[in-house]
Amino acid sequence: MAEAREFKQIGTSPVRPDGIDKVTGRAQFGADMILPNMIHGKVLRSPHAHAKIKSVDLSGALAIPGVFAAISGADFPGGALEGEASGEGGGSLTDIAKNVIARNKVLYHGHAVAAVAASTPRLAQEALKAIKVEYETLPPVLDVVAAMADASPLVDENNFTNLPEKPENPSNVANVGRLERGNLDEGFAAADIVVEREFKCPMAHQGYIEPHACVASIDETGRGTVWCSTQGHFEFRTATAKMLNKNIADLKFVATEIGGGFGGKTVVYLEPLATMLSEKSGRPVKMSMSREEVFRATGPASGTVARVKVGLKNDGTITAAQSWIAFEAGAFAGAPYMPGAMTIYAPYKLENFLVETFDVLVNKPKVAAYRAPGAPQAMHAFECALDEAAQLLDMDPIDLRLHNAAEEGTQASYGPKYPVIGFRECLEAAKNHPNYAAPIPEGAGRGVAAGFWFNVGMQSSAEVHINDNGTVMVVEGSPDIGGSRASMCLMAAETLGIEYADVRAQVGDTESTGFCNVTGGSRTTFATGMAVTQACEDVIADCKRRAAMTWGLDEDQVEWEDGQAIPGPGVNADVKPLSLAELAGKAAKTGGPIQGRASLNAQGAGASFSVNFADIRVDRETGKVDVLSYTAIQDAGKAIHPAYVEGQMQGGAAQGLGWALNEEYIFDDAGILQNAGFLDYRIPVASDLPMIDTHIVEVANPRHPFGVRGVGETPIVAPLAVATNAISRSLQQRVCELPLSPPRLLAEIDG
Amino acid sequence: MVKVVLSENFSVLADGCRELELPVDNYRDVIAELVARWPQLTPLLERSSVAIDGLIYQDAMYEPLQSDSEIFFMPRIEGG
Repeated sequence: MAEAREFKQIGTSPVRPDGIDKVTGRAQFGADMILPNMIHGKVLRSPHAHAKIKSVDLSGALAIPGVFAAISGADFPGGALEGEASGEGGGSLTDIAKNVIARNKVLYHGHAVAAVAASTPRLAQEALKAIKVEYETLPPVLDVVAAMADASPLVDENNFTNLPEKPENPSNVANVGRLERGNLDEGFAAADIVVEREFKCPMAHQGYIEPHACVASIDETGRGTVWCSTQGHFEFRTATAKMLNKNIADLKFVATEIGGGFGGKTVVYLEPLATMLSEKSGRPVKMSMSREEVFRATGPASGTVARVKVGLKNDGTITAAQSWIAFEAGAFAGAPYMPGAMTIYAPYKLENFLVETFDVLVNKPKVAAYRAPGAPQAMHAFECALDEAAQLLDMDPIDLRLHNAAEEGTQASYGPKYPVIGFRECLEAAKNHPNYAAPIPEGAGRGVAAGFWFNVGMQSSAEVHINDNGTVMVVEGSPDIGGSRASMCLMAAETLGIEYADVRAQVGDTESTGFCNVTGGSRTTFATGMAVTQACEDVIADCKRRAAMTWGLDEDQVEWEDGQAIPGPGVNADVKPLSLAELAGKAAKTGGPIQGRASLNAQGAGASFSVNFADIRVDRETGKVDVLSYTAIQDAGKAIHPAYVEGQMQGGAAQGLGWALNEEYIFDDAGILQNAGFLDYRIPVASDLPMIDTHIVEVANPRHPFGVRGVGETPIVAPLAVATNAISRSLQQRVCELPLSPPRLLAEIDG
Repeated sequence: MVKVVLSENFSVLADGCRELELPVDNYRDVIAELVARWPQLTPLLERSSVAIDGLIYQDAMYEPLQSDSEIFFMPRIEGG
């Protein structure tokens, strides 16, 4: 049980240990690795959104001097692969393998068809032109609602909706989710007002700044190393080994520094290709995507169509809620349809509800996880409907949410009773925030919305080594995306009772530390932090044993306090405390090097809620949107490194506002993405946004030694509805389709 | 008795059962009892998380249960 207590290290915000390397260019990212005799791989991608592959002829490419290897889907082992990729939208490994390189059909524009490795990147690019592919084009399936109709062309003729009884006919609907409670008819009959709307969210990309990149070096025995930009090198190793029918023990995966992932780097794209090209050529192979390839063939998040109906009494009590949400899966099953169903009503006490969600195949890139996958789209719809209800009832939108807020003991809409949660505390912090008390600027609207994510635990490992001067090296296997090395050092320092400056953390490769699941799901500070804490407790137990040996006491007569072993209360021993440095300096005489380790499957992750609000003004002449102020409030459980927590909240707000205001995949009628670059796919830049003000709420998770809940997912959930609600209030008319870009807003204004 | 609540995707494979009570004191025995009654639940159980008295376990095995414990099965959540 985490109790309120004073910390010496936790809750401070030291400068990030990887900061100088990153700002000076010393840090090694995925594309920075250079090896002797290294050659370069490139991918041939489909020019069609939907087509049968009739033949692939690699001979022209292989005949070019300087081309060392060329591969197509036919070079990969066939058949089903056991297992699933991590992260929502990961899907089955069988599908991921077909996404890495197409076999009999291409399913979206940009789908990989073949790859070559040549002495230079330019030669590899030229060699792609010498590969002959015969296609038989098929009609693309592009509209998620039309795709659900019986008469729709099929993305996959072998896809049958996953139901207890197999349907007679194939369909583009891969999976169906459904959660319900109570009686909808009675609930709506009890309502004084009913709001019913349809909302649309576009397909949007995670927008990480570093493109996918890797280097594979495989020797003549088939063993080797892959360096890659990844959220989880252990799971990339597993996926690559399975796709190539290799023994995972023959592959070492090294996680390079990573320039953002947000869920999009939980699945492999290049690594199996580079590994096969390296094995065939006998040389190290580097592959890195262009930004255009990143847009066309990786990520994105599902576009959605959501229909919501909510009934409320005049006092603000929600009496019934009904929702229907179609999620675009892209070319393979795996949209976050269940997380969408489970999050949409999560913040509220509801007696009567139904939510139905659908995982729908379309000829677009296969979706991947993106921060709190499924929640932003689903909660956008319900949070907007609630805002309209608050206007109809003339209630403050925070008061409306407080009136219905879930709390400890509430039966969550997704099943269990909530343990201690901090939603009400977030709402109260928002209501009491000076920004909320400030007047709304003239012509602007104020939008309010809530966010939620479950957070997860999963498997982590850590080792803690004590150097002979008492300094500490932490080795763990979670790639550091959001500052986890600093957080691990803080937790180790706090547990051991030493200074942060005396601790270093390193992300080990797959041969240097125990298994760790991906960095994702807001799990690393929670779960890997728990492993580091337990490994430090292992060290303390060993140090107490060594001190007892030194003093001639029993182990239970020794305690650990402020980084040193001391005799316990009542122990009559005239001895000087032994510091970690003193014990480490004499380690050779007391049993050898001091180290601790822990491997665990962390359970009991704590749900995280947020409340955001913003003042936004729309220029009615041009449709330009100005975000005048933005305030993000979130329950972190305990902020280990508050500056990093604030960074996550600000980053999620910026990404969510980008999705709300400008970001969207634009396809033509042939299914070709028209804006595959940052010039036309417009993510927010610094001049687009005000300072994102933050307020960290700390309602401790009793299942973590320091109360951590995890923070990375929740911040992106609320901003979509915040922006929609603010703009709707500013325009005094409800807008329901994202993004709220100038052309769309002008169309709304013009009626 | 431990209360086990089955969501709709479980219920359709369990003869429509939405809730049952079991005289068990650990999670492993809950699984054994469910599989004995409805073997077709096995694949779904293997890819589900479980909430025991409100705490979510991605992979539970031998967690002890109280006589009034509540169990909900949930889709496995990971995140991005």
